[in-house]
Amino acid sequence: MVLPGTRIDLFGENRLRTLKTFLFIALCMPAATLVFDLVSGALIEPVEELTKTTGIWALRLLLVTLAITPIRKLTGWHKLIRFRRMLGVFSFTYMTLHFSIYLFLDRLLSGEEIFTDLTERPYIIAGFTCFMLCVPLALTSTDRMMRRLGGRHWQRLHRLVYPAAIAAALHFIWLVKADITEPIIYASILALLLGWRLRVFMIKSDRRSGTKRSNNGSGQGSTPVMGQSS
Amino acid sequence: MIIRRKPELTDNDVTDYNLYRQRRKFIQSGFALAAGAMLPLGFDSAVAAGVKFNDLKESPFSTDEELTSLEAITSYNNFYEFGLDKESPAKLSRDFKTRPWEISVNGECHSPMTIGIEDILSEFPMEERIYRLRCVEAWSMVIPWVGFPLAALLKKVEPTMDAKYVEFTTLVDPEQMPGQRRGLFGYVLDWPYREGLRLDEAMNPLTLLSTGLYGEQLPNQNGAPIRLVVPWKYGFKSIKSIVSITLKREQPLNTWQAQASNEYGFYANVNPEVDHPRWSQARERRVGEFLKRPTLPFNGYAEQVASLYNGMDPKKLY
Repeated sequence: MVLPGTRIDLFGENRLRTLKTFLFIALCMPAATLVFDLVSGALIEPVEELTKTTGIWALRLLLVTLAITPIRKLTGWHKLIRFRRMLGVFSFTYMTLHFSIYLFLDRLLSGEEIFTDLTERPYIIAGFTCFMLCVPLALTSTDRMMRRLGGRHWQRLHRLVYPAAIAAALHFIWLVKADITEPIIYASILALLLGWRLRVFMIKSDRRSGTKRSNNGSGQGSTPVMGQSS
Repeated sequence: MIIRRKPELTDNDVTDYNLYRQRRKFIQSGFALAAGAMLPLGFDSAVAAGVKFNDLKESPFSTDEELTSLEAITSYNNFYEFGLDKESPAKLSRDFKTRPWEISVNGECHSPMTIGIEDILSEFPMEERIYRLRCVEAWSMVIPWVGFPLAALLKKVEPTMDAKYVEFTTLVDPEQMPGQRRGLFGYVLDWPYREGLRLDEAMNPLTLLSTGLYGEQLPNQNGAPIRLVVPWKYGFKSIKSIVSITLKREQPLNTWQAQASNEYGFYANVNPEVDHPRWSQARERRVGEFLKRPTLPFNGYAEQVASLYNGMDPKKLY
Protein backbone atom coordinates (compact mmCIF):
# COMPACT_ATOMS: atom_id res chain seq x y z
CA MET A 1 0.00 0.00 0.00
CA VAL A 2 1.13 3.46 -0.75
CA LEU A 3 0.94 5.97 2.05
CA PRO A 4 -0.61 9.29 1.22
CA GLY A 5 1.99 11.81 0.32
CA THR A 6 4.53 9.24 -0.79
CA ARG A 7 5.73 9.89 -4.30
CA ILE A 8 5.96 6.84 -6.46
CA ASP A 9 9.11 7.18 -8.45
CA LEU A 10 8.49 5.32 -11.65
CA PHE A 11 12.07 5.84 -12.65
CA GLY A 12 14.09 5.06 -9.55
CA GLU A 13 17.80 4.36 -10.13
CA ASN A 14 17.43 0.59 -9.90
CA ARG A 15 14.37 0.50 -12.02
CA LEU A 16 16.06 2.70 -14.62
CA ARG A 17 18.93 0.29 -14.86
CA THR A 18 16.57 -2.64 -15.36
CA LEU A 19 14.56 -0.73 -17.95
CA LYS A 20 17.73 0.16 -19.80
CA THR A 21 18.73 -3.48 -19.93
CA PHE A 22 15.32 -4.38 -21.30
CA LEU A 23 15.53 -1.61 -23.85
CA PHE A 24 18.97 -2.79 -24.93
CA ILE A 25 17.64 -6.30 -25.50
CA ALA A 26 14.57 -5.00 -27.30
CA LEU A 27 16.70 -2.87 -29.62
CA CYS A 28 18.81 -5.91 -30.51
CA MET A 29 15.72 -7.90 -31.49
CA PRO A 30 15.34 -6.71 -35.11
CA ALA A 31 18.96 -7.63 -35.81
CA ALA A 32 18.63 -10.93 -33.96
CA THR A 33 15.49 -11.83 -35.91
CA LEU A 34 17.28 -11.06 -39.16
CA VAL A 35 20.24 -13.25 -38.27
CA PHE A 36 17.87 -16.04 -37.25
CA ASP A 37 15.92 -15.80 -40.52
CA LEU A 38 19.11 -15.62 -42.52
CA VAL A 39 20.61 -18.72 -40.93
CA SER A 40 17.40 -20.72 -41.08
CA GLY A 41 17.07 -19.93 -44.78
CA ALA A 42 13.69 -18.22 -44.43
CA LEU A 43 14.72 -15.21 -46.51
CA ILE A 44 14.02 -15.55 -50.21
CA GLU A 45 16.02 -12.46 -51.07
CA PRO A 46 18.44 -12.05 -48.16
CA VAL A 47 20.24 -8.92 -49.31
CA GLU A 48 17.00 -7.07 -50.02
CA GLU A 49 15.51 -8.10 -46.69
CA LEU A 50 18.66 -7.10 -44.79
CA THR A 51 18.72 -3.73 -46.49
CA LYS A 52 15.06 -2.98 -45.89
CA THR A 53 14.92 -4.11 -42.28
CA THR A 54 18.08 -2.32 -41.15
CA GLY A 55 16.97 0.84 -42.98
CA ILE A 56 13.48 0.98 -41.52
CA TRP A 57 14.77 0.38 -37.97
CA ALA A 58 17.39 3.10 -38.34
CA LEU A 59 14.62 5.51 -39.30
CA ARG A 60 12.19 4.36 -36.62
CA LEU A 61 14.79 4.70 -33.87
CA LEU A 62 15.87 8.09 -35.18
CA LEU A 63 12.27 9.26 -34.84
CA VAL A 64 11.93 7.75 -31.36
CA THR A 65 15.14 9.55 -30.37
CA LEU A 66 13.68 12.81 -31.63
CA ALA A 67 10.45 12.14 -29.76
CA ILE A 68 12.13 12.00 -26.36
CA THR A 69 12.33 15.74 -25.76
CA PRO A 70 8.73 16.53 -26.78
CA ILE A 71 7.43 13.66 -24.66
CA ARG A 72 9.51 14.81 -21.69
CA LYS A 73 8.18 18.33 -21.95
CA LEU A 74 4.62 17.29 -22.47
CA THR A 75 4.46 14.64 -19.77
CA GLY A 76 7.08 15.72 -17.29
CA TRP A 77 8.82 12.32 -17.43
CA HIS A 78 12.21 13.94 -17.45
CA LYS A 79 14.11 10.79 -16.82
CA LEU A 80 13.28 9.61 -20.31
CA ILE A 81 16.43 11.49 -21.24
CA ARG A 82 18.35 8.59 -19.80
CA PHE A 83 17.22 6.37 -22.68
CA ARG A 84 17.93 8.79 -25.45
CA ARG A 85 21.58 8.05 -26.05
CA MET A 86 20.95 4.34 -26.34
CA LEU A 87 18.18 4.94 -28.87
CA GLY A 88 20.35 7.27 -30.91
CA VAL A 89 23.34 4.99 -30.90
CA PHE A 90 21.17 2.04 -31.92
CA SER A 91 19.71 4.07 -34.76
CA PHE A 92 23.24 4.79 -35.92
CA THR A 93 24.18 1.12 -35.58
CA TYR A 94 21.31 0.07 -37.86
CA MET A 95 22.27 2.87 -40.24
CA THR A 96 25.84 1.57 -40.36
CA LEU A 97 24.62 -1.96 -41.05
CA HIS A 98 22.31 -0.61 -43.76
CA PHE A 99 25.12 1.36 -45.40
CA SER A 100 27.57 -1.56 -45.18
CA ILE A 101 25.08 -3.96 -46.77
CA TYR A 102 24.61 -1.50 -49.60
CA LEU A 103 28.37 -1.08 -50.07
CA PHE A 104 29.52 -4.67 -49.75
CA LEU A 105 26.59 -6.88 -50.69
CA ASP A 106 24.55 -4.78 -53.04
CA ARG A 107 27.09 -2.72 -54.93
CA LEU A 108 29.92 -5.19 -54.26
CA LEU A 109 32.23 -2.23 -53.65
CA SER A 110 32.10 -1.26 -57.30
CA GLY A 111 33.56 2.26 -57.34
CA GLU A 112 31.92 3.06 -60.64
CA GLU A 113 28.43 2.10 -59.50
CA ILE A 114 28.76 3.89 -56.19
CA PHE A 115 30.02 6.99 -57.93
CA THR A 116 27.01 7.02 -60.28
CA ASP A 117 24.72 6.48 -57.30
CA LEU A 118 26.26 9.36 -55.39
CA THR A 119 26.14 11.76 -58.31
CA GLU A 120 22.90 10.87 -60.09
CA ARG A 121 20.50 9.21 -57.70
CA PRO A 122 18.77 11.56 -55.28
CA TYR A 123 17.63 8.85 -52.85
CA ILE A 124 21.18 7.57 -52.46
CA ILE A 125 22.50 11.11 -52.02
CA ALA A 126 19.90 11.71 -49.31
CA GLY A 127 20.68 8.45 -47.51
CA PHE A 128 24.40 9.07 -47.68
CA THR A 129 23.98 12.63 -46.41
CA CYS A 130 22.01 11.35 -43.44
CA PHE A 131 24.70 8.83 -42.59
CA MET A 132 27.52 11.37 -42.91
CA LEU A 133 25.69 13.84 -40.67
CA CYS A 134 25.24 11.16 -38.06
CA VAL A 135 28.88 10.06 -37.93
CA PRO A 136 30.08 13.03 -35.81
CA LEU A 137 27.07 12.58 -33.54
CA ALA A 138 27.91 8.95 -32.90
CA LEU A 139 31.57 9.80 -32.33
CA THR A 140 30.68 12.42 -29.73
CA SER A 141 28.11 10.31 -27.94
CA THR A 142 30.37 9.22 -25.08
CA ASP A 143 30.48 10.95 -21.69
CA ARG A 144 34.08 11.84 -22.30
CA MET A 145 33.44 13.55 -25.62
CA MET A 146 30.46 15.32 -24.15
CA ARG A 147 32.65 16.72 -21.38
CA ARG A 148 35.44 17.62 -23.76
CA LEU A 149 33.14 19.53 -26.06
CA GLY A 150 31.20 21.17 -23.29
CA GLY A 151 27.41 21.22 -23.14
CA ARG A 152 26.85 24.16 -25.39
CA HIS A 153 29.10 23.01 -28.23
CA TRP A 154 27.90 19.46 -27.90
CA GLN A 155 24.33 20.59 -28.16
CA ARG A 156 25.00 22.80 -31.13
CA LEU A 157 26.78 19.96 -32.93
CA HIS A 158 23.96 17.56 -32.18
CA ARG A 159 21.44 19.77 -33.90
CA LEU A 160 22.78 18.05 -37.02
CA VAL A 161 20.29 15.35 -36.18
CA TYR A 162 17.52 17.52 -37.65
CA PRO A 163 18.89 17.76 -41.20
CA ALA A 164 19.93 14.11 -40.89
CA ALA A 165 16.37 13.06 -40.10
CA ILE A 166 14.99 15.14 -42.97
CA ALA A 167 17.48 13.49 -45.32
CA ALA A 168 16.44 10.07 -44.02
CA ALA A 169 12.76 10.81 -44.67
CA LEU A 170 13.56 12.01 -48.21
CA HIS A 171 15.68 8.91 -48.79
CA PHE A 172 12.62 6.77 -48.04
CA ILE A 173 10.17 8.86 -50.09
CA TRP A 174 12.42 8.91 -53.14
CA LEU A 175 13.18 5.23 -53.22
CA VAL A 176 9.66 3.81 -53.36
CA LYS A 177 8.25 2.77 -56.68
CA ALA A 178 4.57 3.54 -56.52
CA ASP A 179 2.86 3.79 -53.17
CA ILE A 180 4.28 6.49 -50.93
CA THR A 181 1.88 5.91 -48.04
CA GLU A 182 4.46 4.38 -45.71
CA PRO A 183 7.23 6.95 -46.27
CA ILE A 184 4.68 9.75 -45.98
CA ILE A 185 3.58 8.44 -42.59
CA TYR A 186 7.17 8.51 -41.36
CA ALA A 187 7.73 11.96 -42.86
CA SER A 188 4.58 13.24 -41.16
CA ILE A 189 5.74 12.01 -37.77
CA LEU A 190 9.05 13.76 -38.36
CA ALA A 191 7.25 16.94 -39.42
CA LEU A 192 5.27 16.81 -36.19
CA LEU A 193 8.40 16.37 -34.07
CA LEU A 194 10.27 19.16 -35.85
CA GLY A 195 7.17 21.36 -35.91
CA TRP A 196 6.89 21.12 -32.15
CA ARG A 197 10.48 22.30 -31.80
CA LEU A 198 9.93 25.13 -34.21
CA ARG A 199 6.93 26.28 -32.23
CA VAL A 200 8.88 26.19 -28.98
CA PHE A 201 11.72 28.06 -30.62
CA MET A 202 9.42 30.74 -31.99
CA ILE A 203 7.66 31.26 -28.70
CA LYS A 204 11.00 31.52 -26.98
CA SER A 205 12.51 34.03 -29.39
CA ASP A 206 9.24 35.92 -29.43
CA ARG A 207 9.33 36.20 -25.66
CA ARG A 208 12.98 37.19 -25.71
CA SER A 209 12.46 40.02 -28.17
CA GLY A 210 9.25 40.91 -26.34
CA THR A 211 11.05 41.43 -23.04
CA LYS A 212 13.71 43.45 -24.75
CA ARG A 213 11.26 45.95 -26.17
CA SER A 214 8.60 46.03 -23.56
CA ASN A 215 7.01 43.85 -20.99
CA ASN A 216 3.63 43.34 -22.53
CA GLY A 217 4.76 41.00 -25.24
CA SER A 218 3.04 37.95 -26.46
CA GLY A 219 4.08 34.42 -25.66
CA GLN A 220 2.70 34.36 -22.17
CA GLY A 221 1.00 31.48 -20.55
CA SER A 222 2.04 27.95 -19.87
CA THR A 223 4.14 27.34 -22.91
CA PRO A 224 6.85 24.74 -22.91
CA VAL A 225 10.35 26.07 -22.84
CA MET A 226 13.20 24.49 -24.68
CA GLY A 227 15.38 22.59 -22.25
CA GLN A 228 19.13 22.29 -22.13
CA SER A 229 19.01 19.67 -24.80
CA SER A 230 16.65 18.60 -27.48
CA MET B 1 -7.30 -44.28 -88.10
CA ILE B 2 -5.03 -42.17 -86.05
CA ILE B 3 -1.70 -43.65 -85.19
CA ARG B 4 -0.20 -41.85 -82.24
CA ARG B 5 3.49 -42.18 -81.98
CA LYS B 6 4.73 -42.56 -78.50
CA PRO B 7 6.93 -39.60 -77.67
CA GLU B 8 10.48 -40.29 -76.69
CA LEU B 9 11.07 -40.66 -72.99
CA THR B 10 12.52 -37.65 -71.26
CA ASP B 11 13.85 -37.06 -67.76
CA ASN B 12 10.40 -35.85 -66.84
CA ASP B 13 8.96 -39.24 -67.60
CA VAL B 14 11.33 -41.18 -65.41
CA THR B 15 11.50 -38.73 -62.53
CA ASP B 16 8.39 -38.56 -60.46
CA TYR B 17 7.22 -34.98 -60.02
CA ASN B 18 7.21 -35.21 -56.26
CA LEU B 19 10.73 -36.50 -56.29
CA TYR B 20 11.69 -33.64 -58.60
CA ARG B 21 10.33 -31.25 -56.05
CA GLN B 22 12.04 -32.99 -53.18
CA ARG B 23 15.35 -32.40 -54.88
CA ARG B 24 14.86 -28.70 -54.29
CA LYS B 25 14.01 -29.28 -50.67
CA PHE B 26 17.06 -31.48 -50.32
CA ILE B 27 19.31 -28.76 -51.69
CA GLN B 28 17.76 -26.23 -49.37
CA SER B 29 18.14 -28.36 -46.31
CA GLY B 30 21.73 -28.91 -47.34
CA PHE B 31 22.22 -25.17 -47.36
CA ALA B 32 20.57 -24.80 -44.00
CA LEU B 33 22.80 -27.49 -42.55
CA ALA B 34 25.85 -25.84 -44.00
CA ALA B 35 24.75 -22.60 -42.42
CA GLY B 36 24.93 -24.36 -39.12
CA ALA B 37 21.27 -24.41 -38.28
CA MET B 38 19.41 -27.65 -37.85
CA LEU B 39 16.10 -25.88 -37.82
CA PRO B 40 13.00 -26.92 -39.67
CA LEU B 41 12.54 -24.85 -42.77
CA GLY B 42 9.88 -22.22 -42.85
CA PHE B 43 8.57 -23.27 -46.24
CA ASP B 44 5.81 -25.71 -46.69
CA SER B 45 3.94 -26.40 -49.81
CA ALA B 46 3.37 -22.86 -51.00
CA VAL B 47 1.87 -24.42 -54.12
CA ALA B 48 -1.59 -23.21 -54.92
CA ALA B 49 -3.30 -24.86 -57.85
CA GLY B 50 -1.85 -28.32 -57.68
CA VAL B 51 -3.47 -29.40 -60.96
CA LYS B 52 -0.87 -31.20 -63.02
CA PHE B 53 -0.29 -30.98 -66.74
CA ASN B 54 0.37 -34.20 -68.60
CA ASP B 55 2.33 -34.68 -71.82
CA LEU B 56 4.11 -31.35 -71.80
CA LYS B 57 6.20 -30.75 -74.89
CA GLU B 58 9.75 -29.68 -74.31
CA SER B 59 11.04 -26.60 -76.04
CA PRO B 60 14.34 -25.79 -77.72
CA PHE B 61 13.97 -22.30 -76.22
CA SER B 62 14.37 -23.66 -72.69
CA THR B 63 17.51 -22.83 -70.76
CA ASP B 64 19.34 -25.49 -68.81
CA GLU B 65 20.25 -23.12 -66.00
CA GLU B 66 19.39 -24.15 -62.49
CA LEU B 67 15.73 -23.55 -61.71
CA THR B 68 14.66 -21.08 -59.05
CA SER B 69 12.91 -22.96 -56.28
CA LEU B 70 9.14 -23.32 -56.41
CA GLU B 71 9.02 -21.76 -52.94
CA ALA B 72 10.79 -18.63 -54.18
CA ILE B 73 8.71 -18.39 -57.36
CA THR B 74 5.48 -18.66 -55.38
CA SER B 75 6.34 -16.48 -52.40
CA TYR B 76 8.36 -13.62 -53.90
CA ASN B 77 5.99 -11.84 -56.25
CA ASN B 78 5.28 -8.43 -57.68
CA PHE B 79 1.53 -8.41 -58.20
CA TYR B 80 0.27 -5.03 -56.98
CA GLU B 81 -3.37 -6.09 -57.31
CA PHE B 82 -2.64 -8.21 -54.24
CA GLY B 83 -0.45 -5.86 -52.25
CA LEU B 84 2.79 -4.00 -52.57
CA ASP B 85 5.34 -6.17 -50.88
CA LYS B 86 6.69 -9.38 -52.23
CA GLU B 87 5.01 -11.60 -49.64
CA SER B 88 1.50 -10.15 -49.97
CA PRO B 89 0.38 -11.73 -53.27
CA ALA B 90 0.84 -15.28 -51.96
CA LYS B 91 -1.24 -14.47 -48.88
CA LEU B 92 -3.91 -12.21 -50.33
CA SER B 93 -4.58 -14.15 -53.53
CA ARG B 94 -5.40 -17.41 -51.80
CA ASP B 95 -9.15 -17.16 -52.43
CA PHE B 96 -8.91 -15.53 -55.83
CA LYS B 97 -11.46 -17.14 -58.16
CA THR B 98 -10.06 -18.15 -61.54
CA ARG B 99 -13.07 -20.22 -62.67
CA PRO B 100 -15.10 -19.41 -64.64
CA TRP B 101 -12.72 -17.16 -66.58
CA GLU B 102 -13.11 -15.69 -70.02
CA ILE B 103 -10.70 -13.82 -72.22
CA SER B 104 -11.97 -11.52 -74.89
CA VAL B 105 -9.76 -11.27 -77.97
CA ASN B 106 -10.90 -8.31 -80.00
CA GLY B 107 -10.00 -5.15 -81.88
CA GLU B 108 -8.40 -5.10 -85.34
CA CYS B 109 -9.19 -8.67 -86.33
CA HIS B 110 -11.57 -10.54 -88.63
CA SER B 111 -12.95 -13.00 -86.09
CA PRO B 112 -12.94 -11.63 -82.59
CA MET B 113 -13.86 -14.13 -79.90
CA THR B 114 -14.37 -14.73 -76.23
CA ILE B 115 -12.79 -17.90 -75.04
CA GLY B 116 -13.03 -19.64 -71.68
CA ILE B 117 -9.94 -20.79 -69.83
CA GLU B 118 -10.98 -24.46 -70.03
CA ASP B 119 -11.21 -24.20 -73.81
CA ILE B 120 -7.79 -22.63 -73.93
CA LEU B 121 -6.38 -25.44 -71.83
CA SER B 122 -7.88 -28.11 -74.05
CA GLU B 123 -7.40 -26.43 -77.40
CA PHE B 124 -3.78 -25.34 -77.31
CA PRO B 125 -1.02 -27.90 -76.83
CA MET B 126 0.96 -26.87 -73.74
CA GLU B 127 4.73 -26.84 -73.63
CA GLU B 128 7.25 -26.44 -70.88
CA ARG B 129 9.43 -23.39 -71.44
CA ILE B 130 12.24 -22.74 -68.99
CA TYR B 131 12.90 -19.02 -69.24
CA ARG B 132 14.93 -16.46 -67.38
CA LEU B 133 12.78 -13.71 -65.88
CA ARG B 134 14.48 -10.38 -65.25
CA CYS B 135 12.64 -7.87 -63.10
CA VAL B 136 13.22 -4.15 -63.60
CA GLU B 137 14.12 -4.10 -59.89
CA ALA B 138 17.34 -6.01 -60.73
CA TRP B 139 16.45 -9.47 -59.50
CA SER B 140 15.91 -12.50 -61.68
CA MET B 141 14.64 -16.08 -61.65
CA VAL B 142 14.67 -19.16 -63.86
CA ILE B 143 11.11 -20.42 -64.19
CA PRO B 144 9.77 -23.56 -65.85
CA TRP B 145 6.63 -22.08 -67.38
CA VAL B 146 3.83 -24.07 -68.93
CA GLY B 147 2.13 -22.37 -71.84
CA PHE B 148 1.71 -21.91 -75.56
CA PRO B 149 2.83 -19.26 -78.04
CA LEU B 150 0.67 -16.13 -78.04
CA ALA B 151 0.95 -16.27 -81.84
CA ALA B 152 -1.27 -19.38 -81.89
CA LEU B 153 -4.11 -17.50 -80.22
CA LEU B 154 -3.67 -14.36 -82.31
CA LYS B 155 -3.73 -16.35 -85.56
CA LYS B 156 -7.14 -17.72 -84.60
CA VAL B 157 -8.70 -14.26 -84.62
CA GLU B 158 -7.03 -13.25 -87.91
CA PRO B 159 -5.56 -9.80 -87.30
CA THR B 160 -6.37 -7.24 -89.99
CA MET B 161 -3.72 -5.34 -91.94
CA ASP B 162 -4.27 -2.42 -89.59
CA ALA B 163 -3.29 -4.35 -86.47
CA LYS B 164 0.11 -3.04 -85.40
CA TYR B 165 0.01 -3.47 -81.64
CA VAL B 166 -1.54 -5.71 -79.02
CA GLU B 167 -2.92 -4.46 -75.73
CA PHE B 168 -3.47 -6.72 -72.71
CA THR B 169 -5.67 -5.98 -69.72
CA THR B 170 -5.80 -7.53 -66.25
CA LEU B 171 -9.03 -8.17 -64.38
CA VAL B 172 -10.42 -5.32 -62.27
CA ASP B 173 -12.13 -6.62 -59.16
CA PRO B 174 -11.39 -4.63 -55.98
CA GLU B 175 -13.53 -7.10 -54.03
CA GLN B 176 -11.06 -9.84 -54.74
CA MET B 177 -8.00 -7.70 -55.39
CA PRO B 178 -7.36 -5.56 -52.31
CA GLY B 179 -4.52 -3.70 -54.01
CA GLN B 180 -7.02 -2.13 -56.39
CA ARG B 181 -8.91 -0.44 -53.59
CA ARG B 182 -8.50 3.24 -52.89
CA GLY B 183 -5.77 3.89 -50.33
CA LEU B 184 -4.94 6.82 -48.10
CA PHE B 185 -3.35 8.65 -51.02
CA GLY B 186 -5.60 7.45 -53.81
CA TYR B 187 -4.96 4.52 -56.08
CA VAL B 188 -1.52 2.92 -56.24
CA LEU B 189 -1.78 2.50 -60.00
CA ASP B 190 -4.32 3.50 -62.61
CA TRP B 191 -6.29 0.23 -62.75
CA PRO B 192 -6.80 -1.91 -64.70
CA TYR B 193 -3.20 -2.90 -65.28
CA ARG B 194 -2.42 -2.68 -68.99
CA GLU B 195 0.47 -3.80 -71.10
CA GLY B 196 1.28 -3.76 -74.75
CA LEU B 197 3.49 -5.27 -77.42
CA ARG B 198 4.19 -4.49 -81.02
CA LEU B 199 2.47 -7.11 -83.20
CA ASP B 200 5.78 -8.61 -84.37
CA GLU B 201 6.91 -8.91 -80.74
CA ALA B 202 3.62 -10.58 -79.89
CA MET B 203 4.00 -13.03 -82.80
CA ASN B 204 7.59 -13.92 -81.89
CA PRO B 205 7.82 -17.61 -80.99
CA LEU B 206 9.39 -16.74 -77.61
CA THR B 207 6.29 -14.84 -76.50
CA LEU B 208 4.23 -17.13 -74.34
CA LEU B 209 0.79 -17.21 -72.82
CA SER B 210 1.41 -19.12 -69.65
CA THR B 211 -1.11 -21.23 -67.77
CA GLY B 212 1.22 -23.00 -65.39
CA LEU B 213 4.65 -23.47 -63.87
CA TYR B 214 6.62 -26.38 -62.46
CA GLY B 215 4.24 -28.71 -64.30
CA GLU B 216 1.13 -27.48 -62.49
CA GLN B 217 -1.53 -24.88 -63.15
CA LEU B 218 -0.49 -21.32 -62.30
CA PRO B 219 -0.66 -20.44 -58.63
CA ASN B 220 -2.86 -17.37 -58.12
CA GLN B 221 0.04 -15.17 -57.04
CA ASN B 222 1.80 -15.86 -60.34
CA GLY B 223 -1.05 -14.54 -62.46
CA ALA B 224 -3.62 -17.33 -62.66
CA PRO B 225 -5.33 -18.46 -64.72
CA ILE B 226 -3.38 -17.03 -67.67
CA ARG B 227 -0.58 -14.55 -68.06
CA LEU B 228 1.90 -13.26 -70.56
CA VAL B 229 5.61 -14.14 -70.52
CA VAL B 230 7.99 -12.04 -72.61
CA PRO B 231 11.40 -13.22 -71.49
CA TRP B 232 13.56 -10.54 -73.16
CA LYS B 233 11.67 -7.70 -71.51
CA TYR B 234 11.54 -6.58 -67.89
CA GLY B 235 9.04 -8.54 -65.84
CA PHE B 236 6.40 -5.82 -65.64
CA LYS B 237 5.63 -6.41 -69.32
CA SER B 238 4.54 -9.95 -68.50
CA ILE B 239 1.02 -9.01 -67.44
CA LYS B 240 -0.94 -11.33 -65.16
CA SER B 241 -4.54 -12.61 -64.92
CA ILE B 242 -5.48 -11.41 -68.41
CA VAL B 243 -9.13 -10.77 -69.31
CA SER B 244 -8.72 -9.05 -72.63
CA ILE B 245 -6.37 -8.95 -75.59
CA THR B 246 -6.98 -6.17 -78.09
CA LEU B 247 -5.37 -5.71 -81.48
CA LYS B 248 -4.72 -2.04 -82.12
CA ARG B 249 -3.56 0.41 -84.74
CA GLU B 250 -1.79 2.62 -82.29
CA GLN B 251 0.78 2.02 -79.60
CA PRO B 252 -1.05 1.43 -76.32
CA LEU B 253 -0.01 3.18 -73.12
CA ASN B 254 1.15 0.62 -70.58
CA THR B 255 0.41 1.16 -66.90
CA TRP B 256 3.95 1.76 -65.66
CA GLN B 257 4.72 4.15 -68.47
CA ALA B 258 1.59 6.09 -67.58
CA GLN B 259 2.68 6.07 -63.94
CA ALA B 260 6.25 7.27 -64.48
CA SER B 261 7.24 7.73 -68.10
CA ASN B 262 10.75 8.85 -67.15
CA GLU B 263 11.34 5.50 -65.48
CA TYR B 264 9.42 2.97 -67.54
CA GLY B 265 8.97 2.86 -71.27
CA PHE B 266 6.91 0.89 -73.76
CA TYR B 267 9.63 -1.45 -75.00
CA ALA B 268 11.32 -2.24 -71.67
CA ASN B 269 13.84 -4.55 -73.30
CA VAL B 270 16.39 -5.83 -70.81
CA ASN B 271 19.51 -3.77 -71.38
CA PRO B 272 22.46 -3.68 -68.98
CA GLU B 273 23.65 -0.43 -70.52
CA VAL B 274 20.53 1.62 -69.95
CA ASP B 275 20.13 2.28 -66.25
CA HIS B 276 16.84 2.82 -64.56
CA PRO B 277 17.00 6.42 -63.28
CA ARG B 278 17.19 5.16 -59.72
CA TRP B 279 19.39 2.10 -60.03
CA SER B 280 21.87 0.37 -62.29
CA GLN B 281 20.69 -2.40 -64.61
CA ALA B 282 24.20 -3.71 -65.20
CA ARG B 283 23.79 -6.54 -62.74
CA GLU B 284 21.03 -8.63 -61.29
CA ARG B 285 20.57 -10.87 -58.30
CA ARG B 286 19.35 -14.34 -59.18
CA VAL B 287 16.86 -15.08 -56.42
CA GLY B 288 18.39 -17.70 -54.16
CA GLU B 289 21.92 -16.51 -54.84
CA PHE B 290 23.67 -14.07 -52.58
CA LEU B 291 25.69 -11.91 -54.93
CA LYS B 292 24.83 -10.27 -58.21
CA ARG B 293 25.68 -11.50 -61.69
CA PRO B 294 25.98 -9.49 -64.92
CA THR B 295 22.78 -8.83 -66.87
CA LEU B 296 22.73 -9.86 -70.53
CA PRO B 297 21.35 -7.74 -73.39
CA PHE B 298 17.76 -8.83 -74.13
CA ASN B 299 18.10 -11.02 -71.03
CA GLY B 300 20.16 -13.48 -73.07
CA TYR B 301 17.62 -13.76 -75.90
CA ALA B 302 19.38 -11.41 -78.33
CA GLU B 303 19.78 -14.18 -80.90
CA GLN B 304 16.02 -14.60 -81.17
CA VAL B 305 14.84 -11.02 -80.86
CA ALA B 306 17.59 -8.46 -81.54
CA SER B 307 16.59 -8.32 -85.22
CA LEU B 308 13.14 -7.02 -84.25
CA TYR B 309 14.81 -3.75 -83.33
CA ASN B 310 17.15 -3.23 -86.26
CA GLY B 311 17.57 0.43 -86.99
CA MET B 312 16.11 1.53 -83.68
CA ASP B 313 18.09 3.43 -81.11
CA PRO B 314 18.78 0.92 -78.33
CA LYS B 315 18.60 3.73 -75.79
CA LYS B 316 14.97 4.18 -76.71
CA LEU B 317 14.16 0.56 -76.07
CA TYR B 318 13.86 0.78 -72.33
